[in-house]
Amino acid sequence: MTRDDEFRQTFKIKGRDFSHAGGVSTEIKEILQEIGIPTQLIRRVAIASYEAEMNVVMYAQQGKLILSINPETIQIEVEDKGQGIKDIELAMQEGYSTATEEMREMGFGAGMGLPNIKKNSHVFLITSTPGVGTYLKMIFYLDHEKAS
Amino acid sequence: MTLKEIKELLQAEVICGDHHLGTEIILAGGSDLMSDVLAFGKPGLLLLTGLTNLQSVRTADIIEAKAIIYVRGKKPDDQTIKLAAEKNIPLLSTPLMMYEACGLLYQAGIPGVSPANNSNKAND
Ligand SMILES: Nc1ncnc2c1ncn2[C@@H]1O[C@H](COP(=O)(O)OP(=O)(O)OP(=O)(O)O)[C@@H](O)[C@H]1O
Ligand SMILES: [Mg+2]
Repeated sequence: MTRDDEFRQTFKIKGRDFSHAGGVSTEIKEILQEIGIPTQLIRRVAIASYEAEMNVVMYAQQGKLILSINPETIQIEVEDKGQGIKDIELAMQEGYSTATEEMREMGFGAGMGLPNIKKNSHVFLITSTPGVGTYLKMIFYLDHEKAS
Repeated sequence: MTLKEIKELLQAEVICGDHHLGTEIILAGGSDLMSDVLAFGKPGLLLLTGLTNLQSVRTADIIEAKAIIYVRGKKPDDQTIKLAAEKNIPLLSTPLMMYEACGLLYQAGIPGVSPANNSNKAND
């Protein structure tokens, strides 16, 4: 579903590539700054996007992020090919993490990523097929900043 | 308190961003867990961390942190310094450990970001 008044851009995310990890979210932040989105909303989008991007880098082989902006909403979809999540309810719990020792040494594995995404987005959807991949959709409303 | 005063208090060394030393710091937080930083971080935060990888700078950039102070004398690699310079995030390194560095700052009157702390001046 594309609209005339919608801006859409797709970004690639490479699994295990820690030296570029986070770069897509930085780019998104810059795009939102350029088009004059309120800073508080940019922050929410950037945090959610960064957490999702890091999860692809850590737990998947490859993925893509699609940013769509229209006058009412900012939407971010993140789709990856990877191990997927067996128990989403468990993965959504604060503190639950399967991060390896190596990832923990890099500062990840607090088990706060998915909860952070949920908290920062207005609408959050996650589906996953073990062994295939994971799909996340987050929607941010431009006009109700305060709705959390 | 300016970053320069903080540098002196923590006997820190500036790794990059000398020209930002006049920046006023109004709140700080310390963690080695990037998701925690993303969860508790507020704009303008001074981030203390023992993590010196690229993600420390990326995370600071995402939450609009004012500066990073690496504890225990740690220093990031060139790639990380380059990114910090690009993003205008000054980097400092203190020989002190996390506890002492945070303690000194807190004692000097810089509040934290803990939501449970009612006396937290930085709460919004
Ligand atoms: N895209 C993904 N593909 C496969 N598994 C995932 C994916 N995203 C999350 N997971 C699983 O869900 C768990 C919880 O994810 P979450 O982002 O909340 O925490 P974390 O990544 O372990 O730690 P943190 O995000 O705090 O650094 C992960 O440890 C992992 O097992
Ligand atoms: Mg995560």
